[in-house]
Amino acid sequence: MSAAGVRISTDRNRCIGAGLCVLTAPDVFEHDDDGLVTLLEPEPPAEREQDVRLAHQLCPARALTVEAARPDPA
Amino acid sequence: MSASSVEAPSFPVRRTCPYQPPDVYREISARGPINQVTLWDDRRVWLITGYAEARRLLADERLSSDRSYDAYPTMAPHLGAPAARKLVLVGEDPPVHHHHRRLLNPEFSLKHARALRPDIERIVNGLIDRIEELGSPADLVEHFAAPIPSLVMSALLGIPYEDHAFFQTATAGVMQGRDPEHTEASAAELVRYLDRLVTAQERKPDENLVGRLVAHVESGELTHDEVVQLTMVLLIAGLETTSSMIPISVLALLEHPEQLAALRDGVVPAATAIEELLRITAVTDFAGVRWITDDIEIDGLVLKAGDGLVVSSTMTNRDDRVHAEPYEVDLARASRQHLTFGYGIHQCLGQNLARLQLEIAFETLVRRLPGLRLAVPAEELVMRRTGTMQSVERLPVAW
Repeated sequence: MSAAGVRISTDRNRCIGAGLCVLTAPDVFEHDDDGLVTLLEPEPPAEREQDVRLAHQLCPARALTVEAARPDPA
Repeated sequence: MSASSVEAPSFPVRRTCPYQPPDVYREISARGPINQVTLWDDRRVWLITGYAEARRLLADERLSSDRSYDAYPTMAPHLGAPAARKLVLVGEDPPVHHHHRRLLNPEFSLKHARALRPDIERIVNGLIDRIEELGSPADLVEHFAAPIPSLVMSALLGIPYEDHAFFQTATAGVMQGRDPEHTEASAAELVRYLDRLVTAQERKPDENLVGRLVAHVESGELTHDEVVQLTMVLLIAGLETTSSMIPISVLALLEHPEQLAALRDGVVPAATAIEELLRITAVTDFAGVRWITDDIEIDGLVLKAGDGLVVSSTMTNRDDRVHAEPYEVDLARASRQHLTFGYGIHQCLGQNLARLQLEIAFETLVRRLPGLRLAVPAEELVMRRTGTMQSVERLPVAW
């Protein structure tokens, strides 16, 4: 198993569909048919953490929450 | 005039360099991230020049965009026109803002924008073909910057392009009106024109954005007038921004030949380069104009209920706590940490489409006209007068 990455949750009531998350980490975030955020990868691996945190920082509607993922059970 | 001796300097001030802020903005910014400035009507408002402070404030629910209140600052005389003080979407607060934005979000998703790539490439290449036919020198405003968003928006909205002389003049009349009467008359002409267009779509909807919006009239989610107003706001926002940004960005590239070469030779991909051009040019200049509904404490200051507030994207984009050498044009910077599209719930709805148009426009321009150069001395370029949209009137180029 890979090292623990991050765990993402989204608030679609806050999302305004700006798309910066999709632009920044297209393998993790996507726009659905409503033009709002949807997750392709709710717990991306550690190597994606930097882009995910950048997406979180750029989100104009503060619709993303990023936490450290629970460590894999031994 | 030096700002250092004035408590609340005048704002806004005309740019001398088309893509850099006037010196007085640097002086204001050097005092700290939040200052007071004086508008044309002698009103004092808060000017935010710090990136972190701007983001914090633009995400604060105690800020209102509702222009129907006197507390909303009027940034230039023409924007006092009634039509400019009741704009849907951009001039709305939640929950009405969210209702309108949700209906439009599907149309402007990244996926939808990217599906338009072949159309935009065809448009841009067609314009360069025409420029080559016309021969050197040519005005890049008339033959490139203005028609790109005009052709894209007319296809997207379902507005006949043969009417472009009318709707380009009318949208410019709203945003850059000589006075409130000019802005009001331009908006009224647009409303009359779009009212007919929306009525025709209600009778027989086509496969375009307005055709899909009128379905919401049927279902009771929008009124006919709301569709007309939304179409007008989309048209103004789509045309005035992109067409203003392209000429001053081209100028910035021509004055930084090593950067132009990096773009032309593919050292910096166009998608990366345009983020720096967005950061530098910041054509709307104000990333947000708001009024404060309840006292806000920030940085030891109290912004009082009823106060006006303006975020300068030009200056927040040059915050040296965010960017090293913030006044340098560096296409490889690869940072989206700019407020050119605003921040908070009003951040630009069309930003994906804008990015795509800019990427294709710049990639194609430097590839197809590699010898591009100014056809007049830079000092002869005429900046638009102080307004809300920065650009040059004409950009004569040779190649």
